[in-house]
Amino acid sequence: MIWNKKAECMPRQELEALQVERLQAVVARASQNVPYYKKSFKDAKVKPEAVKSLKDIAKLPFTAKADLREGYPFGMFAVPREQIVEVHTSSGTTGKPVVAGYTRSDLDTWGEVVARCLTMAGTTKDDIVQNCYGYGLFTGGLGIHYGTQKIGATVVPISAGQTKRQLDIMIDFGTTIITCTPSYALYLAEAAEEMGIDRKQIKLKAGCFGAEMWTNRMREEIERRFNLLALNIYGLTEIIGPGVAHECPEKCGLHIFEDHFYPEVISPDTLEPLPEGEKGELVLTTLTREGMPMIRFRTKDVTALRREPCACGRTLVRMERITGRTDDMLKIRGVLIFPSQIERALLQIKGIEPHYQIIVTRPHHLDEVEVQVEVSKKVFSDEIRHMEELRRNIEKHIDSSIGLRVKVTLVEPKTLPRSEGKAKRVFDRRDMKE
Amino acid sequence: MKLKQISVFLENKKGRLWEALECLSKSGVNIRALSIADTSEFGILRLIVPDPDKAKKSLEKARFTVRENDVIAVGVTDRPGGLAAVLKVLSEADTNVEYLYAFVAKSGEKAVVVLRTENINAGIKALQKAGIPVLSPEEVYSL
Repeated sequence: MIWNKKAECMPRQELEALQVERLQAVVARASQNVPYYKKSFKDAKVKPEAVKSLKDIAKLPFTAKADLREGYPFGMFAVPREQIVEVHTSSGTTGKPVVAGYTRSDLDTWGEVVARCLTMAGTTKDDIVQNCYGYGLFTGGLGIHYGTQKIGATVVPISAGQTKRQLDIMIDFGTTIITCTPSYALYLAEAAEEMGIDRKQIKLKAGCFGAEMWTNRMREEIERRFNLLALNIYGLTEIIGPGVAHECPEKCGLHIFEDHFYPEVISPDTLEPLPEGEKGELVLTTLTREGMPMIRFRTKDVTALRREPCACGRTLVRMERITGRTDDMLKIRGVLIFPSQIERALLQIKGIEPHYQIIVTRPHHLDEVEVQVEVSKKVFSDEIRHMEELRRNIEKHIDSSIGLRVKVTLVEPKTLPRSEGKAKRVFDRRDMKE
Repeated sequence: MKLKQISVFLENKKGRLWEALECLSKSGVNIRALSIADTSEFGILRLIVPDPDKAKKSLEKARFTVRENDVIAVGVTDRPGGLAAVLKVLSEADTNVEYLYAFVAKSGEKAVVVLRTENINAGIKALQKAGIPVLSPEEVYSL
């Protein structure tokens, strides 16, 4: 199902003409109204008029998260504060949060792009959408909320947490669509199993899962446990919140809503644009944001873009599922590793649950990686020999599939924290101060 | 005759063994015999209890990873060479012993040896053929 056929299936040529027009307008607006851009364009010796084609975007300077913090709280707004009707912030775990400001028209755009996402998952006005993303300053809750309202489906604004209540409501209301982080979906499935809930009582048909990295194996697990279609949603506070891109049921990448967001993939080392299909850092430019335009924002998310046509009929470019962050890439003994690679290797082993933690230490000037894996009933044996074999097999499998020697520790199930939001999987305890 | 054994996966964490035993105590499960196999990171607690199902349920409810499997119990005369005679039989029958543990019955005349052979049926057959008494669950529980 397609929410906005005109926008989502627009012929590429027409779309690109629209993008140039919008890009020129947003660059002009930003340089005129945001002191930060005025200065950064001046420092880069580039004038807004230099953007004549989409390619010319490469002439413009990048915007980094740190730049946004400098403007805290309202310094990045391109309109007078009284035209901002809503604000959200990033979590601010690494410093001052980033404040995102929305005009009325921005909120409308937000609802529109999220409606496109939900429609990809099959949502219509007949559906009941249980929205377990957190409501509040976090963009997840309200973003999904606006999209649901745009479609006219019934939104259950339950927010995050209160697992038992989530399940009760899911059954009593007959929820058909769920939106939450993939790790929370698994947590809910586990809780349902523990409470002895019969799967037939749950009427879910699809879910939009995002706000954290996940793998195909996790998707299969969620789909199997809930008997639903699990699709990937992508977005970020700096750009708009959820709704930048979403997977169609073809499951071959996330369609970026290019009439609103212009994507590039660059090499995080050289900062040069990469050819189609090559993995690098995603850079996004908002084409229609009024309240807070973003020019070449470095997302730090690692992906690749593909432009070949999709079987769903959309002409929009697709990005691969996020496989890492340029800033949580682990450099282990000089080799770049994404935690998701370890997860993928782990989940290929039968009976292993998708609950793990990666702990990196440097005890004697050499990196060591410990992977803590939960022992499920399926793999537990009364014989030490078998347990040691399991441990060694996991170690061997990780080594042979990603070339990384790790130490596997078996832990009791449920000892690894189940997060209700983003799961924290990696603990880098290397002391790099020396 | 097979005897049911309960195994519990334990992380090497302070108080974890106590928690497992406290759980059994609370549900009124008496322990006939027990052994712990340990590595540097985890241990496996093995238990012989009169009511294995009840023990398993209450441990699982307390979120322990539990497994039930069969073991063999034999009565051995409490004198030097008693256990050696049993192992000789298994060795001659080419049956590997994965692990074993023993306890002395209240009467003090007999020791009970709990055995886990690679192949339980082969183990029982070899023992019976050699005339070594394999104890029934009831016999073990009543000792």
